[in-house]
Amino acid sequence: MNQSVPSVVVKNLTKRFGTFVAVNDVSFETRHGEIFGFLGPNGSGKSTTIRILCGLLRPSSGQASVAGIDVARNPEAVRQRIGYMSQKFSLYNDLRVVENLEFFAGMYSVPKKEIPGRIAWALKMAGLEGRERNPTSSLAVGWKQRLALGCAVLHRPPIVFLDEPTSGVDPVSRRQFWDLIHSMVGEGVTVFVTTHYMDEAEYCNRLVLLDRGSIVAMGTPTELKNERMKGQLLMIECEPLGPALELLQAVPEVVDAAVFGSGIHAVVADAVVAAPKIRELLSAKQLHVSRIEQIAPSLEDVFVSLTATRGASTKSEAAA
Amino acid sequence: MSWTRIVAILRKEVLQIIRDPRSLLIILVIPLVQLFIFGYAVNLDVKHVPLCVYDRDATQTSQDLLKHFQATDYFNVVRVSDSYPDVVRNIDYGVCSIAVVVPPQFAEDLHSSGHASVQAILDASDSNSASIGMGYAQAIVQSYSSEIQLAWQQAQGLATGAPSVTFEPRTWFNEDLESMADLVPGVVALVMAVVGAFLTSLTIAREWERGTMEQLISTPVGKLEIQIGKLFPYFVIGIADTAICAGTAVLWFGVPFRGSWVVLFGCSMLFLLVVLSLGYFISVTAKSQLGACQMALLATFLPTFLLSGFIFPIDQMPVVVQWITAILPARYYVSILRNVFLKGTDVRLLAGDIFALAAIAAVLVALATRSFQKRLV
Repeated sequence: MNQSVPSVVVKNLTKRFGTFVAVNDVSFETRHGEIFGFLGPNGSGKSTTIRILCGLLRPSSGQASVAGIDVARNPEAVRQRIGYMSQKFSLYNDLRVVENLEFFAGMYSVPKKEIPGRIAWALKMAGLEGRERNPTSSLAVGWKQRLALGCAVLHRPPIVFLDEPTSGVDPVSRRQFWDLIHSMVGEGVTVFVTTHYMDEAEYCNRLVLLDRGSIVAMGTPTELKNERMKGQLLMIECEPLGPALELLQAVPEVVDAAVFGSGIHAVVADAVVAAPKIRELLSAKQLHVSRIEQIAPSLEDVFVSLTATRGASTKSEAAA
Repeated sequence: MSWTRIVAILRKEVLQIIRDPRSLLIILVIPLVQLFIFGYAVNLDVKHVPLCVYDRDATQTSQDLLKHFQATDYFNVVRVSDSYPDVVRNIDYGVCSIAVVVPPQFAEDLHSSGHASVQAILDASDSNSASIGMGYAQAIVQSYSSEIQLAWQQAQGLATGAPSVTFEPRTWFNEDLESMADLVPGVVALVMAVVGAFLTSLTIAREWERGTMEQLISTPVGKLEIQIGKLFPYFVIGIADTAICAGTAVLWFGVPFRGSWVVLFGCSMLFLLVVLSLGYFISVTAKSQLGACQMALLATFLPTFLLSGFIFPIDQMPVVVQWITAILPARYYVSILRNVFLKGTDVRLLAGDIFALAAIAAVLVALATRSFQKRLV
């Protein structure tokens, strides 16, 4: 494949279901051999976008091309060049492990001579050696997901779409799954992955943050954390949390405040100015502040701050 | 079209059928159960009609007449009544479905005026049996009447060669008028319609329901490859079921087989194409297994049972219903099967039915192919 052609190009893509806009004027490009992440809550349009890119849904407007091929015009040519793993487990539970692999080798027209080698490779990759004859229904979720990945990449596609591949998988299996993704990328495969786990988003080379069908930010995880955060972040640990949060949300210097674990993350314009004021305010209300300091934002902070400001702006628009 | 992909789907489908005990049950048990139910339980032959007699004359002559009713297979004299209320009670309670009443002075009238009447009272709540029973009773009285006429002529010393016309029926194709011989073709059609459409109605719906369809349609497999790969195993099953049904009918029930096996299997394949495509179309449209199999049963069992001419003759139906049966594939198949089993006439005479069946098959195959889209909505 021509390395100069971006693997996925999306321009002004919109998908409506009746009056509901699932994907709203989305544009982005992915580069070769990168992990491109789609991050967003449920219902933000991640799965819809991925399904359009796999030719399973027709876009309402805009263009999408995969491996240089227009998906709406020539979905079959796209399907031969991609691997897709849907959100819901979708292999045949009543077939054995190896029968599922054989079936998908057939679906992707893997040459007969290469089938045994590919299946052996997929079994090894998924850690399912010795379980070839097991009924697929008997596998644990983590194994099922790796088998599904194996089935989706048997034909060695240059682009792989994974829709929430690790939902419902335990942390150890999740880690193993990401190791697999990294090794595929090492072989030059472009991996397009959706997730709502913030920690997984950190593994991506580049990310798109989606909220209610629209892109709210795009960039590397570092870029997003350093540049897209509006203001600075204060970590406040105090007792009790509930009244403190209410107080903080009413302070004019605080752009946004939310409970994170045992403390509160507050977004402020200038941490050095805001910190003493907040400490003073909370102490005046007999709330015990044990710690208050500036911290580096996580992707979650960035996401919350970006979607919160967007929510605020839509609110003011509605009011106007 | 890729042969590899068709074979891969076919293989997967066969593995799923083998591992699903329910589908095996449907394939093997339903045909035999239906055949035996229709073979033994459903008996449209009217014999041994329960009869009640009330002899108000009580003479040698009246007893003579009643003996004729006793002497035949068609009636069983179950009661001898001594009053009208008793006759009514017997009919009301269903003890008998026909009562023959010989009026008083029956013998006297016969001898003096040369004419006498006998009364028959029929329970027509089952109109079919009643009219058949009435026919039998008429025939018996008729034959008794001829006998006494003959005896009277001889007694008078008249020539017995008086001109008379005799009616001698010869029934062809189903010589004993056995309803089994008539039913079997219909049962074969019923079994194939139900099994074929029922099984295939699940095949696509199951994939949607279990979420496997999304993965399947994300691959480069063509929709025609899916259709062929999925329907072929059921096609083979349908042919096997035809053989089981036809074999049991001929070997076990002794139904004659006078036509050609080639025509039987050729037309069965055509009919299978129809029902499998119908099931497939329903499966694509319904997207849920429960909805699909209910629709499949409704679309095949009822029309095949009621409108194919299997039990109720089409030419006796209201004209509008007759028009409706024109688009019913089972109608043509039942007609072909009757011919193949009972008549064995030339294939050329079946051309009309075969052509109609082929036309319906072509429409349904096209409909099934068109209905399936490799898209989620």
